[in-house]
Amino acid sequence: MAGKPKLYYFDGRGKMESIRWLLAAAGVEFEEEFLETREQYEKLLKDGSLMFQQVPMVEIDGMKMVQTRAILSYIAAKYNLYGKDLKERALIDMYVGGTDDLMGFIMIFPFLSAEDKEKQCALIVQKATSRYFPAYEKVLKDHGQNFLVGNNFSWADVHLLEAILMVEEKKSDVLSGFPHLQAFKARMSSIPTIKKFLEPGSQRKPVPDDKYVETVRRVLRMYYDMKAN
Amino acid sequence: MPGKPKLHYFNGRGRMESIRWLLAAAGVEFEESFLETKDDLTKLQKDGSLMFQQVPMVEIDGMKMVQTRAILGYIAAKYNLYGKDLKERALIDMYVEAIIDLNELLMTHAFQPADKKEQHLATIVDKATNRYFPVYEKVLKDHGQDFLVGNRFSRADVQLLETLLMAEECKPDILAKFPLLQSFKARISNIPTIKKFLQPGSQRKAPLQEKDVPKLMKIFH
Repeated sequence: MAGKPKLYYFDGRGKMESIRWLLAAAGVEFEEEFLETREQYEKLLKDGSLMFQQVPMVEIDGMKMVQTRAILSYIAAKYNLYGKDLKERALIDMYVGGTDDLMGFIMIFPFLSAEDKEKQCALIVQKATSRYFPAYEKVLKDHGQNFLVGNNFSWADVHLLEAILMVEEKKSDVLSGFPHLQAFKARMSSIPTIKKFLEPGSQRKPVPDDKYVETVRRVLRMYYDMKAN
Repeated sequence: MPGKPKLHYFNGRGRMESIRWLLAAAGVEFEESFLETKDDLTKLQKDGSLMFQQVPMVEIDGMKMVQTRAILGYIAAKYNLYGKDLKERALIDMYVEAIIDLNELLMTHAFQPADKKEQHLATIVDKATNRYFPVYEKVLKDHGQDFLVGNRFSRADVQLLETLLMAEECKPDILAKFPLLQSFKARISNIPTIKKFLQPGSQRKAPLQEKDVPKLMKIFH
């Protein structure tokens, strides 16, 4: 019996947030089990539920899926958000690769030392405005369409919106040189499923705080500081 | 006019090696253009060939593809190495993503400073033998088939073989406790296209030597 997908992760963004976004954008209801204690994590390990001993893990269609990209690709394909053919899929994968790299810089941010945080923030803004945003601005400008690929809503659009909002949290006017991205952001945010996800009370998670960092460190016994890029 | 795919990278493994492996395994001939100096990279960046100003970049089917995963996904799908349906694809993706994680560790080994190298090697061996290899050994044991997914050759088999060989370069007896991975390695190495790729004179690249690291740093930094 097919139930709702069930997400296993911490009560915070991390690597699971892109999966929440995609499910929400596809209008798919999902459940969540939040890891709070080491014991919960060890139980999952003992059960053999985590193929490579890591989360995210998503129970979906009888599978216990791990590996963020694998999960996202499965959801995208299942809900027709992966283009209509091989070439559109290639474009979507390229674009998602870029936003993934960009969000990667932001994801490690909470785990950096105070000194490294400042450097990283500058790096995030620099990469966003000189490498990534110009690429997507150009895509939108060149074809003049509403969506990134094939004139159709896809995973690439959801991922880019997520990345834009995350960078704006670091620097609120970061889109000022990118008129097409500004219009894109407004357009995507009004899509009903996404609009709903952006409202308070949704399963979208807030900016990571100290409590989140503490929980991750405790559950994973990950007590070292990460290195800035 | 469709020609052979053309790979733009430096003359070494790095992130392009998995792409070379997959093309070779699929029996697809390809050309390579090697970046030797920073100017070579700058030129590609300036003429708009690199969407995010980075390599790998592969010219294929009229596209200038970037992002390693995107390129691998396209090649795998095009040459029927990506499973027969969504669920097989999901399995392949899970296996492949973990292999990519392990490859990242293996890839960065040459760049470790001398005082960190030994510890880094210990990390590689620990992750390989405790986290990754047991999974693939179990997959093969549980279904008893020749290939990882769907009783059919796929990109997962190619990428696992590549990683097993790289791991052995770090520690020759690293497969000692994994009999099924050993026979997998022998079996997949014998596939004609792969056997050819493993012979001297193929486009397979040698492991990065310490002496090559400064030249690389100059191109990319």
